[in-house]
Amino acid sequence: MTRMAVSVEAEVLAALSTVLDPELDEPVTELGFVRSVAIDDEGVEVHLRLPTSFCAPNFAYLMVADAYDALAAVPGAGRVRVLLDDHHDSDKINAGTAAGLGYVGTFGVEAEDSLDELRRTFQRKAHLAAMERCCRSVLASGAWTVEELPLLELFDLPEGRLKSALMRRREAIGLPNHSHARVMVDHDGTPVARSDVALRLRLATTTRVSIEGNAHFCRGLLATRYAGVDPAGSAPVVTNTRSHP
Amino acid sequence: MYEKDGEKYYVVDGHVHIWDGRASNHKNVHGKQFIDCFYDYHKNLSPEEVVWDYDTYTYYGAERFMKDLFGEGYVDHAIFQATLLSDFYHNGFGQTEEAFGLTRQHPDKLTYNHAYDPRHGEAGLAQLRRDAERFGLKGVKLYTAEWHGDSRGYKLDEPWSRRYLEECIELGIRNIHVHKGPTIRPLDRDAFDVADIDKVATDYLDLNFVVEHVGLPRLEDFCWIATQESNVYGGLAVAMPFIHTRPRYFAQIIGELLYWIGEDKILFGSDYALWTPKWLVEKFVDFQIPADMPEYAPITTDQKKKILGLNAAALYDLDVPRQLRLPTQAGDADAEVAAGAGAP
Repeated sequence: MTRMAVSVEAEVLAALSTVLDPELDEPVTELGFVRSVAIDDEGVEVHLRLPTSFCAPNFAYLMVADAYDALAAVPGAGRVRVLLDDHHDSDKINAGTAAGLGYVGTFGVEAEDSLDELRRTFQRKAHLAAMERCCRSVLASGAWTVEELPLLELFDLPEGRLKSALMRRREAIGLPNHSHARVMVDHDGTPVARSDVALRLRLATTTRVSIEGNAHFCRGLLATRYAGVDPAGSAPVVTNTRSHP
Repeated sequence: MYEKDGEKYYVVDGHVHIWDGRASNHKNVHGKQFIDCFYDYHKNLSPEEVVWDYDTYTYYGAERFMKDLFGEGYVDHAIFQATLLSDFYHNGFGQTEEAFGLTRQHPDKLTYNHAYDPRHGEAGLAQLRRDAERFGLKGVKLYTAEWHGDSRGYKLDEPWSRRYLEECIELGIRNIHVHKGPTIRPLDRDAFDVADIDKVATDYLDLNFVVEHVGLPRLEDFCWIATQESNVYGGLAVAMPFIHTRPRYFAQIIGELLYWIGEDKILFGSDYALWTPKWLVEKFVDFQIPADMPEYAPITTDQKKKILGLNAAALYDLDVPRQLRLPTQAGDADAEVAAGAGAP
């Protein structure tokens, strides 16, 4: 049996779509952060861009490093290069990632710690927002009341985009995904008490509003920043000059 | 003063600047990147008819400032918030002398807030004492995320910062505005983190902490802290212009703020010249929570009056004309934990 032929372009774009903005919790491909993808006989070169030159360097670094790792896992990708354009730390981040120096290695004395804790903070917030969306949807269906939410299990959630998004975020922070796992839990898995449920849901709503609003803001700024040079919109320019399939 | 449908609003713009972002003032490429970033904010979130050309935006001077705020912008009183950025600009980004000169000409219309950096130690404390006297400081604007030498920022609850806050109490500086919002240059540290506000707000009840940009992009962290502290306020600069481009998102922000921190602790700010106050004031007075968002209560006229000016007037002891006041005084800082928590 021959392997299903999947174009290298499709594999590269699929790999990039697994890279999330850690704060906005959306794929860089959908946010318009991938400017170009060039595939040739040697390998793959991807250029990333951000809404402003003052986007926090730690977030910029996370996305460049994640893109590098995702592309390196594509079979037959060849030499992988990921370059961040138009950022005040572009040179530093590009050189550090290319040399595999890691965050502390890239920024030297400027960085005190690795970024794992920062990443975890945003993974927990992303989980909270995903949980809130699921809870709101069952409340809207009328099948559950706020007071009953502490009993809600993954089994009770209708299959679909909201549930699968929640499952991915639970997996990212190490929560169990079996069908009888409770939905309303802390990031360490502790169920929310009935007396706290209304307040906790309210706080989760604020978290979701905040994340969604930031994504609006970043999309708008990116469109403004590149309106003159790239009016075509957010889709990356993909070129493939590879002589072999 | 702004009047609409027979209602009169006393307007305090709590966040304004006179800046110089011209090439002649750039110390390095970051000076250009910074003003370009501001210009993108301006273009992205302003109605088309009020977008400035780039050259005007980089430097507009005192005359234009007075016209846009007091001539056309309905502003009764405005508060300068210092943005020095000495690493990016030869003569600072915010123009201290020009701004302070204007406050001397128009003391009834303008208040000047300066900045300090606790990493300057004893010398900075001495400077703060001199600045407090010279400028008559009632407030300061702090950038906890600003780089200084090897430091990538500081926390308000660090020992030196505490000494400065205690000095503020001594000097009668009551209002501590803290930039917790769009980034300057945070790196290893999460400079948006508002946890340090929580600690010092508890310890220094004589001070008011105004979180500028309401903690965006971390609205939820700010709300959670502000709801537990009686002396934490939210400044709407940068959140305001969403009223035009993303009115539903603005409804969510203001709805969340009214729920968590209440109508007495939200302060209007245009962040001029990022945005001009005229259209923001007009749109805010006309604004209402959309009918299909029943999770938020409608905004009342009294709430709008407090947010647009009366709350800031209370913090800065401004003399509000009698006909522009509310029957009960705004700016009462004794609101309960989670102002809206009792609501359904």
